[in-house]
Formats: sequence, structure tokens, C-alpha cells
Amino acid sequence: MITIRDWWESQPERPKISKVYLIVGQFTCVEPVSLQFAFAAQTCDTFLAGATLEIQETPLIAFCHTCQQEYRPEIGIQYACPTCRSPMDDIRSGRELKIDRIECEEQLLCT
Amino acid sequence: MHMTHDVALGINLLHANQEGAEHNRAHFDEWGITCCNIMSSPGAGKTALLEKTLEALSTSLQIAVIEGDMTTELDADRLRQYGVPVIAINTGRSCHLDSRMVAGGIHRLQHEYNPSSFDLVLVENVGNLVCPAEFEVGEHAKIALLSITEGEDKPLKYPIMFREADCLLITKTDLAPYLDVDLSQIEANVRQINPTVTIIPVSVKTGVGLDDWYAWVRSMVDRHCQNHHLGSASLVGAVPHNH
Repeated sequence: MITIRDWWESQPERPKISKVYLIVGQFTCVEPVSLQFAFAAQTCDTFLAGATLEIQETPLIAFCHTCQQEYRPEIGIQYACPTCRSPMDDIRSGRELKIDRIECEEQLLCT
Repeated sequence: MHMTHDVALGINLLHANQEGAEHNRAHFDEWGITCCNIMSSPGAGKTALLEKTLEALSTSLQIAVIEGDMTTELDADRLRQYGVPVIAINTGRSCHLDSRMVAGGIHRLQHEYNPSSFDLVLVENVGNLVCPAEFEVGEHAKIALLSITEGEDKPLKYPIMFREADCLLITKTDLAPYLDVDLSQIEANVRQINPTVTIIPVSVKTGVGLDDWYAWVRSMVDRHCQNHHLGSASLVGAVPHNH
């Protein structure tokens, strides 16, 4: 399963999806504001029409092996460890780009 | 009031592209081809570098080029003069190549040529320092170019490209005497973001550094060839199949 549509089509009751929760790292080429705009335009007249997009941003966090500690690089300014100036090696957070979960409306059961 | 419930999905947004890239890489591995994805901002000198590279290496290596250009075949025509197959992919209004577009190029390589006869496929991406960095196309190495006229701060401002690169060519170094640019500062900024990248300053105008670049490409191809013949574990998982 690689898209929300795949999941939706696999559901016999085809539920109405009211929210899509995304996790977007700050160290990616994705701009949340643009993504919001594109989502509204692209979901028009689709099974996602009317759904809202909730974007949770995750910060860039690196781990310095010399100092054995995590630090927050300043994107655009400084990526090396602020304590010992070692280059940014391990990235612990900030590269995420995923659909975390969706919110569906419960089907009303008619008797 | 509506009752709602959450469904956990955990879908990687780039999954579809990555799957396509792995598929492309499996084809390259099957044919014993090394693939390099060449990326930079517009005008950094990708096509000029390719011209020199084809001139120098196409007698000893069988090379094909997959050329991504937004609307024209101008770059492709420049490279065809070197007698190698150049497959042009017009990306339309898209600002980067994705794995599906490159799959179209591979398809043509497969049907119009004997793909097993090639050693090296050079993919020239669309000029853009942002998006191409996030879209794997099935390459074995990412090459980034940064011309010294772009300024020392670019690695800091466009970090993903420089983080992802296996090799960085700092181009147009012949212009250094005319610019207030500090080459060592460019290198230091890149190193902050990517401690393992190979950095090669070059000038296609004077030829400085080009031999180092050719040696880097040859060693990539040699290493990949060895793995191919040994059936190395790093290249397995590549299941060949027909379309």
C-alpha cells in the first residue's frame, strides 16, 4: 500500500476521510504552506474532497559523535556541532516525509 | 455531530518514487551499467562538463546520456555531436526528473540499443538546486555541481542537495581571479553538511581538475563492474524482469 487511495479502495465501506495527518521534517525540500495550497487544489472532486490537511513539522536534530550529544543545527546558517565544530553527520530527525494517519467519519448504520 | 476514528497509515510520501528508482537500478545492475545522476542549478555547467567527459571517456567506456530538459533538445543536440546515444526526456513544466521519467528513458535504451553494451549512463537532471535532491532516479551516485559564481553560501541555503551528493564538482574555477569568492569557504560549508563527499574543483575552460573527475568516474565504474561480476550482495535484491 503506497497511497491513501490504495487504502481507501481496499475498504468495503469506502469511508469519508475528514483529515490527513502528515509528518514533514524541516530538513526536506517540502514547504508546508505550499503543500496546503496544493492539497486543496489537488483533492477537489476526488475522494479526498473536503478533507483537511494537518501538517506536523519535525525539527532538524543531529547527533554529534565527538560530544556524544544531540544538537539542533540552524538551517541556512550553521550545521556543524556548536560545541566542537564537527560536521553534521548523523541526522536523528528532520528528514521525515510521511502520511502518519487519517481521520475517518463513522458510517451511520441504517436499520 | 460526526463520530470519527483514526487509521494509522505510515506511508512514506516518496515511496512510489523510490520503488520506481529501485526498479530502474535493478535494470542498470542487470546490464552492468553504472548510473550517475548529475544535478546543479541552471548554468552551473552540467552540459559543458558532460561534453568534456564524453570527449575524454567515450573511447574507453561505452556511455549513454539521459538528458532531462524542460522544453527543448538544445542540450541533447550539443551532446549528440560526441557520437554517443543521447535520450532526451522533456520534463514539460516539471522542475526535476523522477524515477518514472527516467524509466521511460531506460525503456528506450533497452529497445533502441543493446543495453548490456553500456558501462555508464549519465543522467543530466533539470537545472534546479532543490527538488532533484529528493527524487532518486535509480542512480548509483549523485553528482552535484556548484559554480563559484553562485557564492559560498549556497551549500548552507540549499543543504539537501549537498547533503545527498557523493561527489561535488566546484566548477568555473578559472573565474576565481575575477570574483570575491573564497573556494576554501565553499568547501568548508559543504563539509559542515556532508563530511564524506568527494570535492573536486574543476574548470572545463582550462582543464584544471578534470583528470581527477575522470578518475573518480572510472573508479565508480570499476567498483560497480566488480560487484556486478561477483554478484555482490549490495546489488542483489535487483530482480530482473521484462515489461
